[in-house]
Amino acid sequence: MSTFRIPGKGRVDPSKPVQFTFNDKTYDGFEGDTVASALLASGQHLVGRSFKYHRPRGFLSAGSEEPNALLGIDHGPGRVEPNSRATVVEISQGLKTISQNHWPSLERDVGAINDVLYMLFSAGFYYKTFMWPKSFWNKVYEPIIRGTAGLGKSPTLPDPDIYSSRFAHCDVLVVGAGPAGLAAALEAGRSGAKVLLVDEQAELGGSLLSETDGGIDGLTGWAWLKASVDELAGMANVTLLPRTTAIGYYHQNFVGLCQRITDHLASAPEGTPRERMWKVRAKQVVLAQGAIEKPLVFDGNDRPGVMLASAARTYLNRYGVKVGASPVVVTTHDSAWLAAFDLARAGVKVVAIIDIRPIVPAHLTASASALGIEVLTSWTVTGTKGRLRISSLRAKPIHGSAAQAREFACDTLLMSGGWNPTLHLFSHSQGKLEWREDAQVFLPSKHVEQSRCAGAGNGDFGLARVLAEGAEAGVDAAMDAGFTAKASIYAVNDELDMTGISSRELPTDRNADTAKAFIDFQNDVTAKDIRLAVREGFKSIEHIKRYTTTGMATDQGKTSNINGLAIAADAVQRPVPSVGLTTFRPPYTPTTFGAFAGYNRGRLFDVTRKTSIDAWAEEHGAVFEPVALWRRAWYFPKPGEDMHAAVARECKATRDSLGIFDASTLGKIEIVGPDAAEFLNRMYTNPWSKLQPGRCRYGVLLGEDGFIRDDGVIGRLTHDRFHVTTTTGGAARVLNMMEDYLQTEFPDLKVWLTSTTEQWSVIAINGPNARNLLAPLVEGIDLSEEAFPHMSVGVGRICGVPTRLFRMSFSGERGYEVNVPARYGRAVWEKLIAEGQAYGVTPYGTETMHVLRAEKGYIIVGQDTDGTLTPDDAGLGWAIGKAKPDFVGKRSLARPDMLKTDRKHLVGLLTADPKVVLEEGAQIVLDPNQSVPMTMVGHVTSSYWSVALGRSIALAVIEGGNGRMGETVHIPMPDGTLQAEVTGTVFLDPENTRLSA
Amino acid sequence: MLLIRCPYCAAERPELEFTYGGEAHIVRPQNPSSTTDDEWRDFLYIRSNARGIHYERWRHMHGCGRFFNAVRDTVTDKFVMTYKAGLPRPDQAELEAARS
Ligand SMILES: [Zn+2]
Repeated sequence: MSTFRIPGKGRVDPSKPVQFTFNDKTYDGFEGDTVASALLASGQHLVGRSFKYHRPRGFLSAGSEEPNALLGIDHGPGRVEPNSRATVVEISQGLKTISQNHWPSLERDVGAINDVLYMLFSAGFYYKTFMWPKSFWNKVYEPIIRGTAGLGKSPTLPDPDIYSSRFAHCDVLVVGAGPAGLAAALEAGRSGAKVLLVDEQAELGGSLLSETDGGIDGLTGWAWLKASVDELAGMANVTLLPRTTAIGYYHQNFVGLCQRITDHLASAPEGTPRERMWKVRAKQVVLAQGAIEKPLVFDGNDRPGVMLASAARTYLNRYGVKVGASPVVVTTHDSAWLAAFDLARAGVKVVAIIDIRPIVPAHLTASASALGIEVLTSWTVTGTKGRLRISSLRAKPIHGSAAQAREFACDTLLMSGGWNPTLHLFSHSQGKLEWREDAQVFLPSKHVEQSRCAGAGNGDFGLARVLAEGAEAGVDAAMDAGFTAKASIYAVNDELDMTGISSRELPTDRNADTAKAFIDFQNDVTAKDIRLAVREGFKSIEHIKRYTTTGMATDQGKTSNINGLAIAADAVQRPVPSVGLTTFRPPYTPTTFGAFAGYNRGRLFDVTRKTSIDAWAEEHGAVFEPVALWRRAWYFPKPGEDMHAAVARECKATRDSLGIFDASTLGKIEIVGPDAAEFLNRMYTNPWSKLQPGRCRYGVLLGEDGFIRDDGVIGRLTHDRFHVTTTTGGAARVLNMMEDYLQTEFPDLKVWLTSTTEQWSVIAINGPNARNLLAPLVEGIDLSEEAFPHMSVGVGRICGVPTRLFRMSFSGERGYEVNVPARYGRAVWEKLIAEGQAYGVTPYGTETMHVLRAEKGYIIVGQDTDGTLTPDDAGLGWAIGKAKPDFVGKRSLARPDMLKTDRKHLVGLLTADPKVVLEEGAQIVLDPNQSVPMTMVGHVTSSYWSVALGRSIALAVIEGGNGRMGETVHIPMPDGTLQAEVTGTVFLDPENTRLSA
Repeated sequence: MLLIRCPYCAAERPELEFTYGGEAHIVRPQNPSSTTDDEWRDFLYIRSNARGIHYERWRHMHGCGRFFNAVRDTVTDKFVMTYKAGLPRPDQAELEAARS
């Protein structure tokens, strides 16, 4: 069935046949084939439908710039990837591929109606449609667009592959292994520099693989390629990375490389990563990325069978595949002639070469004549025909009449509009571009990084110049990296000078505004769309691009940007450089999310911090919740209990007798030094000088703007040592802030700060029996009321291990926080559980902790405050050391805005219906009958069911709340408006009698 | 990813090791309570938002932990030089020298 394969030609291995499927039909190819070359070998050009108009599409190119031939690739369950370019996917035994974007079949696609409704989908279609009535959009347009638009289908299963990543350093990174890149790598490698040579293709060689007419140093191109690659492979200081795409070029020669490791294999050893992301820091970079051929713009330039001339040459010479039996060539550049000659020499009947130029080099016409190819210069192509594949084209003399037009039957049309240097990485590096009017191309100009461009990427064609430039770049890079090198001289034969012109749209005698002359094949943007955008007032290329979507598809306009720009420049009647090129952005080609994620997925996606008591909680059925990076026990349900029941039981047990809680996640900072108290004076609102060793105090930390940043209990162990606690989520932030002030504002203070969060396990014991449990277990601390009252701290031993014991309460009950070295955390916890059985000790989680503290009106910074509350707003004015001359944020508390009476204040809320628990975050209004949108005066910050009170309670921030005590406010919810009374924040035991009960 | 030279470690390290700390050379008044509302507002909120040379603070968070100052060009994103906290702004000659 391989009717288009030419035996003996190409670099594929006929001894290694490979079967794969396309739309469930089996195709044969050889090792070395891409899906594109293998399908073309079977004469299959039609491979997809276009994005907007569902027009039949085939292969435009033979490389990574391909806009049309996007397939779904199926390597097995979970290994499905849409929108893969058939021109770069290598075939492997059993690979499944499917075409996209059609229904019910590739050959008969209902969506092709869009092609008839052409005018409806013109430039700005999306923007215009969004302006239609909302109901029409919701009911009619969106479902239709969703059903038919989009490229490919997303995979549905988790990706079973692994992706790796690594950092690398080298002296010289060479991007692109065509003749220029090879020459550069050879020089740099010979100098002894550490070299990385990367190329996106499966095989190194670049244009040498496709263009077989040049000889180097007496060898054929392929022989020289083999010798060069062998030499490089033999150098210990050179790493060759084929199948590796340099996707982005960042500051200071930091280059991202994505290496594809297993996709081309039918099966890979277990544990082999599919792809590897290299993050390379190179001393010097050589960009030798080559050039991409430009399509020509004319009516019907998108039919299957119409492709770039260079692609036909690649399929022929590299894969041994003739793309058609009766090709016509249309060109503005010499290089397409060489494709025609190669095909003719391989036995293909080339129908004609149509060149837009009036004059072409004589050696080309001579060769054409010798090969029997008809030549038409100063002619143009004005249209093509053929439903699923081109069958004929209409050509005419540019300056002739319609009567002189001729129809050519053909099965392929090979086009060339000249070449564009590949500037993407150079532009990523912020290199400046320069417009060359004569060649109608942008070229690299000023380098910002330690880099250099060589070869076709520099706008230079012709093997001799490319090799010389590559060698020179390699020498320069090696020298700049500190090595000694001298450029080799290459002797090249069969050297032809490549010339050409650039054309916008091809001249036509037909109406250009009905022509389907595509610029961006993937996003279905035509020349007419660009002109329409300009007529509608878009003048900047960045706007034209977004309005028409040209260049915005997954190929990022590799084949379309310059054509689009040139046509836009003509339409706005300004020179190309003043219209400007749109920004190139990484990645160079579509890159998998897996490669970016690397190892950071699943369990390794983020850190989960666990306390030393976490395992006990898990063994005892705790339900967990994430708090900052920690996972914390949320509640401990008994069989049959839901969260509500468990929390109610835990709350009651704690208030009635004894609760135990793992508070180890609290942030802890040890502040030590002769100036420790003075440092705290300057950082916290409270006064610290007079706090006696053995006592502790609740501290409030503000930002310099006067708003609450953090809070916590701080114990003074000795006159120069404080044990500071912070919120669970605030620990690192608070330490950073303290370090900042200590290093930069108060460097005069002798203070040392140490994070001790993970050194201490903290077990909170709350309830009337708290002391009864602890007293027999504690040595060295007198726990009597007189010796160890509320807000005390002592150092001693508990259960035989060292402890810092705090007497404090975040529940309103008699409470202690037992700090023990983390390695003893679980043992002490278990001992306390065992000894606590006598009092019905009940482990509780964060939810019960929240309820207990809310009943007492104790705030949680970050929940009840949001970065706009002052201590006064939060009812913490009492914690301010008013006599202190200064502390962080003090001055801000005297700013006029901070003194206004209508600031939001933290208040309590009691719902009119005690059974209703308000939703946290619910908005509060004063007048429920006002028109929508209502004036919102605050929101609910905390809301719980209180077992102790037999009703719901809530905290809220409300404008001027302190002046609204007893007022009714309203909380509009989807199913009705709720009422609540504004109260103080302390709901239980306002006299604090229970703290010492 | 930028490379940043920590003036304390005297070593160039990847940006990952550092955290940004806002504009540099904004001095906290010695006696805040004697400042006017406008002076205090300027200290709190008014920043230069420079296009080009910008003086800023960085911390070698995952290294020595020290705060230091840097000169960076906000157009190119690149660091011109770094220097220890407490030192004055580099003068034009020092900037030129660092750039060459
Ligand atoms: Zn450092």
